[in-house]
Amino acid sequence: MNNEYDVLIIGGGVIGAAVARELSHYKIRIALLEKEFDVSFGTSKSNSGIVHAGFHSMPGTLQAELCVEGNRAFDRLSEELEFPFERRGSLMAAFSEEEIQILHMYYERGRKNNVPYMEFLSQDKTLEMEPNLNPDVLGSLFAPSTGIVCPYEFCYALVEDALQNGLDLFTQEKVVGVRRGSARSVEVETEKGLRLSGWFVINAAGLYADEVAKAAGVGDFEITPRKGEEYLLDRRVSNLVRRVIYPVPTPTSKGLLVIPTVDGPVMVGPSAVDVESKTDLGTTSQGLKMIFEHAQKMVPSIRTSDIITSFAGLRPVATGDDFIIGPTKMKGFINAAGIQSPGLTSAPAIAETIRGILLKEGLKLEIKPDFIARRRGILHIRKAVEDRDFDKVEDAIHIDSGYAKLVCRCENVTEAEISEAVKRGHTSMDAIKFMTRAGTGRCQGGFCSSRVMKIIEKETGTPLEKISKKGPGSEILLLPFAKGKQD
Amino acid sequence: MKLNFDALIIGAGPAGLGAALSLKENGIDDILIVDREDSPGGILLQCIHNGFGLHRFKEELTGPEYAERDINLVRERNIDILLNTCALDIISEENHKTVVLLSEDKGLLRAKAKVVILAMGCRERNRGNIAIPGARPAGILTAGFAQKMMNMLGHPPGNEIVILGSGDIGLIMARRLSWEGARVKAVIEAQAYPGGLNRNIVQCLHDFDIPLYLSHTISNILGAKRIESVEVAPLDHGVPAKPEGRFSLACDTLLLSVGLIPENELSLKAGVILDPATRGAVVDANLMTSVEGIFACGNVLQVHDLADNVSEEAACCGKSAARYLVGERVKKREIPLKTGNLVRYVLPACAEVGKEVIVSFRPISPAQNVTLVIKTDTEELLRKKERKIFPSIMHRINLKQIPENAAYLEVSFVSEEK
Repeated sequence: MNNEYDVLIIGGGVIGAAVARELSHYKIRIALLEKEFDVSFGTSKSNSGIVHAGFHSMPGTLQAELCVEGNRAFDRLSEELEFPFERRGSLMAAFSEEEIQILHMYYERGRKNNVPYMEFLSQDKTLEMEPNLNPDVLGSLFAPSTGIVCPYEFCYALVEDALQNGLDLFTQEKVVGVRRGSARSVEVETEKGLRLSGWFVINAAGLYADEVAKAAGVGDFEITPRKGEEYLLDRRVSNLVRRVIYPVPTPTSKGLLVIPTVDGPVMVGPSAVDVESKTDLGTTSQGLKMIFEHAQKMVPSIRTSDIITSFAGLRPVATGDDFIIGPTKMKGFINAAGIQSPGLTSAPAIAETIRGILLKEGLKLEIKPDFIARRRGILHIRKAVEDRDFDKVEDAIHIDSGYAKLVCRCENVTEAEISEAVKRGHTSMDAIKFMTRAGTGRCQGGFCSSRVMKIIEKETGTPLEKISKKGPGSEILLLPFAKGKQD
Repeated sequence: MKLNFDALIIGAGPAGLGAALSLKENGIDDILIVDREDSPGGILLQCIHNGFGLHRFKEELTGPEYAERDINLVRERNIDILLNTCALDIISEENHKTVVLLSEDKGLLRAKAKVVILAMGCRERNRGNIAIPGARPAGILTAGFAQKMMNMLGHPPGNEIVILGSGDIGLIMARRLSWEGARVKAVIEAQAYPGGLNRNIVQCLHDFDIPLYLSHTISNILGAKRIESVEVAPLDHGVPAKPEGRFSLACDTLLLSVGLIPENELSLKAGVILDPATRGAVVDANLMTSVEGIFACGNVLQVHDLADNVSEEAACCGKSAARYLVGERVKKREIPLKTGNLVRYVLPACAEVGKEVIVSFRPISPAQNVTLVIKTDTEELLRKKERKIFPSIMHRINLKQIPENAAYLEVSFVSEEK
């Protein structure tokens, strides 16, 4: 194996993925290292899926600049890479005269940040656009450029396209050492002993970016995990809101949102609590209570009895609170760290920034004439079934008879879709769930899990007991008495 | 393939099979049963424990044996079953329903039927529905999924098991997994009384020295990749105790047996109105739903305790669907059925005066020394002493004839006067 690359990217979250896709335009060798079983399995998997307009960030910050720039890239990217994206717009809803004043402050910020087409809406207009909002709302700030996206498919699509264009992907490879190699190259070593060298290393290690930087001897920042809990509601109440509903932020938080998703169901959250541990992904009863109290203030008909699942994610907050993007004292080692919200929105712009830095640092970037810009999405029948457009389902069956085999009946996912996800390299239950939605519905995999496991077994030859939720150690079934604990 | 039927039945579990047999017995021959699995029998196939058929056959059968009797009769009577087929939608048209089917062998089908019988059964409540806080590692399964993996695929779910909820499936899995050599450390129940049948508490927990913690809940789940432990909190009037009153149980598997929900998403698409108490369809005494020509029976209508009761209900449903098909309609006045003291729900929602009706109901909470009273606005139809009642035990009473002058019917449990 040739272990010499031009660029090594550490971290297969949405930032590493966007950088990989951007750099795969050029005639260079790139490798992406991810410590988890699949890409997007870190912070990205718990993302709220909002493509922010950019009026929250303080003018002059990297966040403000990259968010607005990143937002603009989503139309083109979603067309090229066929991931779900919709410009639904957002309302920041005010419930007091004081909050109305604060809306003006955000309008001003947005204007300075070049957020397009923002406007103030009266109470009537606000309620006309979102009839389920609390009628006590006094007015709102409307930002039509806010979008929603499927965060995992965005990440998978970026990586799949980069793979088509020559990226080498190494999953389950945790970087433990970064040192100066021969000549001017940087050598990276993983826990399992894999050694790769590159002229440049991009540190997109999310929550662990501070540790990777320390390993390289340039650790001048800390990453603090900030937990966000989210609660997904039943598809039955998908029509609660059409747009992203923001409250007026408090000094400490962007506040609790009511978020439509591209897949239909509405989500509420995320909370924002600084935690000690980078692995503390637990939801809490306090979080649940607080989130629903706030969400119900904005949309009173939201009910906890409609929760079908919950999850938590950790935002990587760097010292100084802004993104840390740029070269370091170690020649060739470049940070893309502290990428908290609006990180997913900014990802395309961060990738372009990194490309610019690489050029400036002396990397020769020559466009590949045979670059493949298009990535084919997976054809899903869920929407056709919901819309009673059964001719479309018949068409799909003509293409692939696997579309006649319904596996997940809550979300109408067929064997054809699951097989395709497995063929694209997603072989854990979580990844299949993210990619196809099988198991995300109201029964939460109660009926389809065993079927999905059998499809993975059939497609990959992996025995059932080796099939896991999210990689080794999280197998769905335990062999009897494999490691019977004694107490 | 023929796509026109008198009756199309969705689901080939005990409800669907029973309804088909009853339709046939009552003169209807043109029937199709569809089922999503590759063999008929429904959830009975994974219930390899005994205890089925005590009422109906006066003998003790396993789930598959019970199912086999109906399957054999359906085959003998040449009733068609289309397997590996999911019903996607039901659309009401002028004189029939179009049922959109997705069949592994035959692709997308638009079948027409004069009568549709809903017999889709129920699903298990899961972690999301009850919002247990904590991490989301592997090793958290519903009891029914664990039962399927164990009994159908031969894979035990884990070695050190904690079960949340004392529903019957959870209790049966406690015994099943103990037999397989797993250690079931506890069954945790939020209510002050068990959720399952008493015979299962005795045979599945007491016989295996498995502790049952009543009025307790799981307040946290710990573990990164696989579940490592749960935090158990005593409940005081539904409120979890302070952290110092809680304790931890190490485990590699958490099974959830926290209730069943009738699987009515298809019914909703068809426009059927549901009863919030049963989460099944609102039906009349003929078990017809709010949509004319659509009937429902079995666990999709109300969650039953016994398969025997499902079969009985399915037989009634098939019979009234057959009558409907030959043009028999409600002739006399219909009166509402009401819930009285201590009654959570009554099914059906209404009944025809002068006719027979089978009334199903459950108490809202356990009680002792009460009297069951069924009455109309003018007279008492039934009065029966009940020493102990439990929400886990459904009552089914056959009323031979509803008085012609009744305005309503009310079911209640009245405390005995000392």
